[in-house]
Amino acid sequence: MSERLDVKKTYKLLVNGAFPRSESGRSYPVMSAGGDFLANVAQGSRKDLRDAVVAARSAQSKWWAASAYNRGQVLYRWAEMAESRGAELAEHVRVAEGLAAKDARASVARAIDRLVWYAGWTDKVAQVLGGANPVAGPFFNFSLPAPSGVVAVVADQDSSLEGFVECVAAPICVGNAVVAIASERRPTPAITLAEMTVTSDLPAGVLNVVSGVTSELAPHLVVHEDVDGVDLTGAGAAGDDLARRAAASIKRVYRPRDDENPLRRLRSFVETSTVWHTIGQ
Amino acid sequence: MSIAPLRPIEIRDRGVLVPALIAVPGFRDEGELRRFVGALSGVDAVGVEGRVAKLATRSLKKSTKATAIDLAISMVDLTTLEGADTPGRVSSLCAKAMRPDPADATVTSVAAVCVYPDLVALARSSLGDSPVAVASVATAFPSGRASLEVKLLDVRDAVSAGADEIDMVIDRGAFLAGHWGRVFDEIVAVKAACGAAHLKVILETGELVTYDNVKRASWIAMLAGADFIKTSTGKVGVNATLPVALVMLEAARDFAETTGRVVGVKVAGGIRTTKDALRYLVVVNETAGDAWLDPACFRFGASSLLNDLLMQRRKQRTGAYVRPDEYSGD
Repeated sequence: MSERLDVKKTYKLLVNGAFPRSESGRSYPVMSAGGDFLANVAQGSRKDLRDAVVAARSAQSKWWAASAYNRGQVLYRWAEMAESRGAELAEHVRVAEGLAAKDARASVARAIDRLVWYAGWTDKVAQVLGGANPVAGPFFNFSLPAPSGVVAVVADQDSSLEGFVECVAAPICVGNAVVAIASERRPTPAITLAEMTVTSDLPAGVLNVVSGVTSELAPHLVVHEDVDGVDLTGAGAAGDDLARRAAASIKRVYRPRDDENPLRRLRSFVETSTVWHTIGQ
Repeated sequence: MSIAPLRPIEIRDRGVLVPALIAVPGFRDEGELRRFVGALSGVDAVGVEGRVAKLATRSLKKSTKATAIDLAISMVDLTTLEGADTPGRVSSLCAKAMRPDPADATVTSVAAVCVYPDLVALARSSLGDSPVAVASVATAFPSGRASLEVKLLDVRDAVSAGADEIDMVIDRGAFLAGHWGRVFDEIVAVKAACGAAHLKVILETGELVTYDNVKRASWIAMLAGADFIKTSTGKVGVNATLPVALVMLEAARDFAETTGRVVGVKVAGGIRTTKDALRYLVVVNETAGDAWLDPACFRFGASSLLNDLLMQRRKQRTGAYVRPDEYSGD
């Protein structure tokens, strides 16, 4: 009886509901917080980002066309999936961030609670960010929040799961589709969580995750003209430069602040459309 | 039979090669045609598919790609063949054909617009004196199921309305039933009805089943006087494919070597991306040679392809990927 061979997982991209390798054929080794080899992870390229944006663009209209209630159910199911695989996620977070097991479990619990929180927001955004406006005439006038479209996310580099959830769930909650660049050094918790969207009824392409070298990928994503907004949470010192580049194609840019208001993310990738309707007709 | 090879003749009219009058073998009866076409060597299907698979992986350098994109734009037959075509749609298509990218005057115009016969006059007047040709499908497109009289009337109608190019369909039923002579005679009759207009013969390769049939139909069309052989109508499940294009290009190359007459090839249907188009151009270059890398000898029948070419062209220049809705849908 021979000894069983290890089955090593190579982490791949999530693009349009599938798990391709990078078109470039590259991968890179990811280390644990302690410096041990953890896994090989696909090293995405600008062409992977291009494919992801195409997928996100075509998925976004379908996602936004779903009822707000349904979007909430789907996000909640994603949280359910994460809950049932919580131990696995906690192990990923523990190894990636070098936390104690208890702290890693707590971090996963907060991340899942955050997903549930956003799931609850899907059908409340309209009430909070929209409204009925008083106008001088026999008309109803409504302000309705609508998603920006395709949002590029440079995910948090340090907080591998909680930070990732925060960056991607907020834009998805309000109806955007997301192309996220996972944390460069700690991608495995995010990739594992993203894999669960495929069993959560999240339409293919609503969340796309590309792993790789952030400084290589982010510049291509922020200048992509078919991206409507960028979240530069994980951009670090390159944030100023990336924000300037994003301005060339007039994108919404989100950058974290120290005095963070939890609703600012939710509001960041929302447009407002105004609708008039006659009264009494 | 042996025919002394002649040199391809380069006479152009509105950017299209004029067929030189040369000695194609004359056939006294269907039997002679059958013997000639039947004697053509068979196509090695595995070899053809392997060859295109290999060519499709070839990478192009950036400057080559930029040149190829411009060439591909100049080869587009911008097509609308819908029952729902309106005059407005056709005139906006014509505007786009003349100036594909409104924001960039350096983009060349496309080769032609391709419409149904009743919209030819409108397209002709919309295009004015621009170099863009008007192509019209005819002969009971897309099925070709009508009597020869009706088909010829269809052709004359389009030509008199101002069509520079006629895209006819062959009678696939007759071809598959083995009545090659009928297919040949029909093309000869349509060619005569075309007058000065150039004739593209649609083989509808998706319905011809085998590469051998594609090769035979290509030869029959070329022998009967086609100026172009074209893959598909775009109206059946299987449209242009790289292997079929390769078979047709080889046939055109061999025909030119045999008779000295250059026949163009048009691929149509299902070609939507720049990557697809560049793969076809690689196959053209590697099969027929660079003499065919010219709008006079190679065309893309397409509609959405043009937008992708324009987007890739701009991407090459600015470095940023482009928003698809910057370009008009039709």
